[in-house]
Amino acid sequence: MFGLRYLPGVTTLQLDAELCSGCGMCLNVCPHAVLASAGHGKVAITDRDACMECGACARNCSFGALSVQAGVGCAAAIIVGALRGTEPTCGCGDGEGMSCC
Amino acid sequence: MKTADTSWFEGTVGTPAGDVPRVRTSLTSRDRRDAVALRWGIGRSAYTVPPGLYAVGSPSAESVVLVSANYKMSFDRLRRELSGIDAWILVLDTKGINVWCAAGKGTFGTDELVNRVEAADLGQVVSHRRLVLPQLGAPGVSAHEVRKRSGFQVVYGPVRAPDLPRFLSAGMKADPEMRRVRFGLADRAAVVPVEIVQGAGYALLIAALFVILGGLGPDGYRLDHVLSVGIPDAILVLGAFLGGSLLTPLLLPFLPGRPFAWKGMCMGLLVTLALWAALHGLPGTPGALALAAWLTMGSALASFLAMNFTGASTYTSLSGVRKEMRFAVPVQVVAVTAGLVFWAVARFTGQQG
Ligand code: SF4
Ligand code: SF4
Repeated sequence: MFGLRYLPGVTTLQLDAELCSGCGMCLNVCPHAVLASAGHGKVAITDRDACMECGACARNCSFGALSVQAGVGCAAAIIVGALRGTEPTCGCGDGEGMSCC
Repeated sequence: MKTADTSWFEGTVGTPAGDVPRVRTSLTSRDRRDAVALRWGIGRSAYTVPPGLYAVGSPSAESVVLVSANYKMSFDRLRRELSGIDAWILVLDTKGINVWCAAGKGTFGTDELVNRVEAADLGQVVSHRRLVLPQLGAPGVSAHEVRKRSGFQVVYGPVRAPDLPRFLSAGMKADPEMRRVRFGLADRAAVVPVEIVQGAGYALLIAALFVILGGLGPDGYRLDHVLSVGIPDAILVLGAFLGGSLLTPLLLPFLPGRPFAWKGMCMGLLVTLALWAALHGLPGTPGALALAAWLTMGSALASFLAMNFTGASTYTSLSGVRKEMRFAVPVQVVAVTAGLVFWAVARFTGQQG
């Protein structure tokens, strides 16, 4: 179990169950197990507040059932973006390990 | 720009699309030195691997194709797990950036993957039509689009390279644990050096400024105050810096609240209080205003640095960081301003630190 949790009730993740085919691709790509199989050929959002808005699920859902405003959850990027008047911009060259900035 | 050295090559493998360089699966002492340098942010952009196709072991037309980024550490982490495995590695041009970050930026993306498959003539090299990508590349790659445009099916492998052999031998099946991103103590410790290197210059500058300002007082500039006030003040600055960029990341799960700014503020208060007690003895009325100044400035600085650590974490969302910043940034600005006023009043009314 991933012990650290971030702010609840903020993610922009949306699932349109009508469009979902139950293909399971989103289950493969989500790094925080936000979605789970709901039986009868559908998935459901089971841990919404774990979503980090990485966008992997939406980009890999070929049925267009998922949507999310993807971006990097990085304060420095938001500051750089605000100063330049652009979207949050990850200004850093690279991060070690799996992290971004 | 320095590209990685060639000690990791061992010959070539002939294919219908030409010779492909073969890479070693053992890391040399130089590779490990590179990794240490990268961890501390030294010349990080210089360590890249030329994009293109590589061989591991003696791969055939049926062998698996693993896709990686051209950040040397991503590439090294992959190849060192592949001893005894025959495989192809397709390195994408991610501008020397790791898979997850590059996927977020879109350089580890659908277009680059499709173009690289074509440039390497992969359809000639292998008889199957399957690419294994690191799961953390998924934010940048649309599997169904890659299939449509290149004919290759994308299979997402595990998050961590050490799980790859197990994933492959299980017939490309990942168990749920392989799919989860973590942020344990070791992961957090690994990203701390870069945070410190990035902030140290500013922290030292502010500390030096307070050493100099410490001489100011109601009876003009006094060098003895540089020692008795300026140096302790500088220590408080550096303490808040380390509180925000070293202690907060390491102790993240044990600090109260969920917003990083809040965690950092608590750590800033704690560190400042502890250092104050060590420098000036237990807080009492005479130095109360100076202490108040450092509690507000120290907690604001640590809070700001901790907030910036959201970018290095593996679980914060853009919406969440925006939400915490809407509240935290104004508080930090007010705290620093108030702290400076307290500090100045304390200095010019002659209150000792
Ligand atoms: S990828 Fe899309 S269609 Fe497939 S299970 Fe997930 S939501 Fe449903
Ligand atoms: S946006 Fe990322 S974290 Fe959120 S549900 Fe989709 S894959 Fe999971």
